[in-house]
Amino acid sequence: MQWDIVIGLEIHVQLATKTKIFSGSSTAYGAEPNTQANAVDLAMPGTLPVPNEQAFRYAVMFGLAVNAEIERRSVFERKNYFYPDLPKGYQTTQLERPIVGPGYVDIDLPNGDTKRVRIHHAHLEEDAGKSLHEDFHGMTGIDLNRAGTPLIEVVTEPDMTNADEAVAFAKKLHGIVTSLGICDGDMSQGSMRFDVNISLKPKGSDTLGTRTETKNLNSFRFMEQAIAHEVERQMDILEDGGTIEQETRLYNGDRDESRSMRTKEEANDYRYFPCPDLLPVEIDDTFIDEARNRVPELPDARKVRFKEQYGLNDYDAGLLAGDSKLAAFFEAAADRGKDAKLASNWVQGEFSARLNAEEKSVADSPITGEQLGDLVVRIADNTISSAGAKKVFEALWAGENNSVDAIIDAKGLKQVSDTGELEKMVDEVLASMPDQVAQYQQESDPKKQKKMLGGFMGPLMKASKGQGNPKLFNEILVKKLGG
Amino acid sequence: MHNKSVAELSRELESGKISSVELTRQFLGRLKKEDEQLNSFITITEEQALADAHAADEQRAAGKATLWTGVPFAHKDIFCTNGVSTTCGSKMLANFVPPYDATVTENFRKAGAVCLGKTNMDEFAMGSSTESSYFGATTNPWGLSQGEKRVPGGSSGGSAAAVAARLVPAATATDTGGSIRQPAALCGVTGLKPTYGRVSRYGMIAFASSLDQGGTMARTAEDNALMLNVMAGFDPKDSTSIDRDVPDYTATLTEPLKGLRIGLPKEYFTGNLSAAMEEQVRGAIREYEKLGATVKEVSLPHADLAIAAYYVIAPAEASANLSRFDGARYGYRCEDPKDLLDMYTRTRAEGFGTEVKRRILVGTYALSAGYFDAYYLKAQKVRRLIQQDFINAFKEVDVLMSPTTPSPAFIQGEKTSDPVTMYLEDVFTIAINLAGIPAMSVPAGFVDGLPVGLQIIGDYFSEARLLNAAHQFQQVTDWHQREPQ
Amino acid sequence: MTISRKDIEKVAVLARIRVDEEQVSALEKDLGNILDLVDQLSAADTDSVAPMAHPLDAVQRLRPDEVSETNEREAFQAIAPATENGLYLVPRVIE
Ligand SMILES: [Mg+2]
Ligand SMILES: [Zn+2]
Repeated sequence: MQWDIVIGLEIHVQLATKTKIFSGSSTAYGAEPNTQANAVDLAMPGTLPVPNEQAFRYAVMFGLAVNAEIERRSVFERKNYFYPDLPKGYQTTQLERPIVGPGYVDIDLPNGDTKRVRIHHAHLEEDAGKSLHEDFHGMTGIDLNRAGTPLIEVVTEPDMTNADEAVAFAKKLHGIVTSLGICDGDMSQGSMRFDVNISLKPKGSDTLGTRTETKNLNSFRFMEQAIAHEVERQMDILEDGGTIEQETRLYNGDRDESRSMRTKEEANDYRYFPCPDLLPVEIDDTFIDEARNRVPELPDARKVRFKEQYGLNDYDAGLLAGDSKLAAFFEAAADRGKDAKLASNWVQGEFSARLNAEEKSVADSPITGEQLGDLVVRIADNTISSAGAKKVFEALWAGENNSVDAIIDAKGLKQVSDTGELEKMVDEVLASMPDQVAQYQQESDPKKQKKMLGGFMGPLMKASKGQGNPKLFNEILVKKLGG
Repeated sequence: MHNKSVAELSRELESGKISSVELTRQFLGRLKKEDEQLNSFITITEEQALADAHAADEQRAAGKATLWTGVPFAHKDIFCTNGVSTTCGSKMLANFVPPYDATVTENFRKAGAVCLGKTNMDEFAMGSSTESSYFGATTNPWGLSQGEKRVPGGSSGGSAAAVAARLVPAATATDTGGSIRQPAALCGVTGLKPTYGRVSRYGMIAFASSLDQGGTMARTAEDNALMLNVMAGFDPKDSTSIDRDVPDYTATLTEPLKGLRIGLPKEYFTGNLSAAMEEQVRGAIREYEKLGATVKEVSLPHADLAIAAYYVIAPAEASANLSRFDGARYGYRCEDPKDLLDMYTRTRAEGFGTEVKRRILVGTYALSAGYFDAYYLKAQKVRRLIQQDFINAFKEVDVLMSPTTPSPAFIQGEKTSDPVTMYLEDVFTIAINLAGIPAMSVPAGFVDGLPVGLQIIGDYFSEARLLNAAHQFQQVTDWHQREPQ
Repeated sequence: MTISRKDIEKVAVLARIRVDEEQVSALEKDLGNILDLVDQLSAADTDSVAPMAHPLDAVQRLRPDEVSETNEREAFQAIAPATENGLYLVPRVIE
């Protein structure tokens, strides 16, 4: 049987406010446990919530960025359930009148198509604390520093039909919130967490199947794997004639396994009701206009500009424009010289690969966009070879606090580009390798000839003490051998 | 000294006839002796009180005294007091010492008042008799001379009994469905529930957030005004507190009542109101006529739905408000929990008393899937109808008057077996909380030697007018000066 | 309106209050009586009435995003049932 896959996402985005949504406690990441959990966050008796204006501003900016309607009068509800990381015994969230109404995001698909994913709504709510399950004499440790951190939960319509689309959407959203500056986008610290709703239906059918929700995926890769895993699991069940149970599942990315969290329907009676400690929040035109003025260039507009301003192709422009920090890094690099394409190659190539290998984000990069730009300038003007450039990159990455030119000098990486000098070396090397020269000249296949050129490069680089411009060597070789 | 009002004590201190330390010693001595019988206090803070009194005397010596400097009073044990046990009448918080102050507590501290301790109350303010306290019932000082142990009303029964017995001249209190006015009426003292939002709820342990309001209890209307001067005001820590000027509530106490339009809600003069009670209340209203007020009958057509609406909304809010008592971060935790669920369910089964559990269960039910619309949403709609009744009435009259309770103080244990009978105690007070308007109870006579309260209800933010009406009444009557034997 | 034993057991689970077998009958009676009282609501005509969540028709004030709290962990954990290394300890959570 052929199946259609239906995917909807719920994404929790931690807002980059200084303080919590309902208290003046700091939200800074990484503090000692419970040092940023004060009376309100601990739900001490008699304490009351006072909402943070910035959380609303950020939510409105988000709404504007995803083409959504802003709810002028939003209301907080209490969602009741017991869990040790939820001090009040309820989460203060929005249900009936969320701050951000319906909107949409357009995503680019790998085949070059564009697809519109509708956003059902986005609401403001508070984050929970953290349970630490390592052993405290059979007890669990609770850290409430994160409790009360503002979140927007973005809920999409079930508009995605495969993992690629879901990941493309997730990445797009990441680009939007980081461009807006309302979220630091650091997935390793849980700044964005994805819940994936998946169901299958017979190909072409109009009836949606029973869906499952896989919760708390904190990387694009895990999200992709979890979707593949869940689709396969559901398909196996359905093809064996079984039925899918509506449930919440937990995916373990390290083991590529998932398991059921809760199925009991009664466990899901959250008894939502309007929070009597909070009043309706009214957002007026002035507030919205002010938020609109703070919305910076977003990935879609930036992509268009990158194509025009830097002459990048669609793919490169989309990739660099999608992440605000990467985009800023690229622009800093490209603006040092004229070869934006080369800058783009280096940012997407060596630089991104290195970040990935060390699990670093652009913000943690030891080298600046300007430095990489200077390096690209020296590659473009033939001062250094690409091999030399890699050495300079290494030095910069290692934190060498010198200009690119100073590093080139200190390491003696400047390549010899004086043609006369290079021709002399070529003549000498060819003279010392008569057999290979003869072989080359007898060969009729240009491909094989090209390969044979490599045999001369070693001795040439040796003769030039590694400083000969390989591109020029190549040109001279072809000329001399062919002549 | 113990018979003097706050205003009088303040003058004594000002004149130097007595120091705050001496005054505090006198009250503490009396309190420790008399309260063995009444159990109106959960905690007596003798050391702290004497230290505060000493500091107050120094303030005065330095010429920095204000009206409250050095005057003794007490807090209902629902207000968090930094470093002092705050139990809310519950086993759940029997070991709880908050490291922070309620805003009301802070305000009295700043005013220099000397807190003698924390008064008894129904557990989590859920009750009308102060019998559900984990720390034992409070006894009404009235009735003792007849050898009867009667309830002081509740939930602020400790504050009411203590003020009536002259253990303190004034005490803070809270009112969610009548918890200031009903005990004030049953103990023969004067109590005021302000407009919702007038007094900060920060640090006042929540029962039902949209109904709870802190207020005042003392023997005279003037002292209530002096208390409200300290308590009222906007608090940035309470989103539901109102940012609106606070008048000097004593400034208008002596305004003449000529022309005051009094409405008598006909629905409050029927049913279970006894003839003897009604006679006392009508007598009080005749005094007002003598003072130049006019009286007319008005109607609150949805009055009979108030209790039903209240017993959905209050338990629903309480069911969520009391979820934080889970044994994880403070307060009671059961012995040797075998797992998390066991900790939750046993902590809450053992830490909460019967009535609290009953209300949590009712509230949980009213909010649960399938019942939300029929109960919670319906009650909220009825709440608006009830509010509208009052808005309409205040188009015709300045204040409403009624009995505060249907009957005088009842014998302890009489109504504990049937929660619904107990709920009917608040039949005349509950609608006021649903609407959020202010109301007072003023001593207005006696039936069988037991005090009767007159309820004076005002429009939003009309506390000054209510206090004025009560004060003028107290200039021509002495019900509020009667002392239980 | 009657409330069944099953309902009572269900809300007791939701409210995380242990209710022993012998308490259920008393609760059935008491909660049943309370719900009878509450059922008077159904008589009211509320067709065109908006629910009222707050006594005052006020709107929420918002707070500037400035840190106002300092670390008070010691004071708060001094009154906690169980802590270790700055964490609140609870019986093991099994997800
Ligand atoms: Mg969700
Ligand atoms: Zn959420």
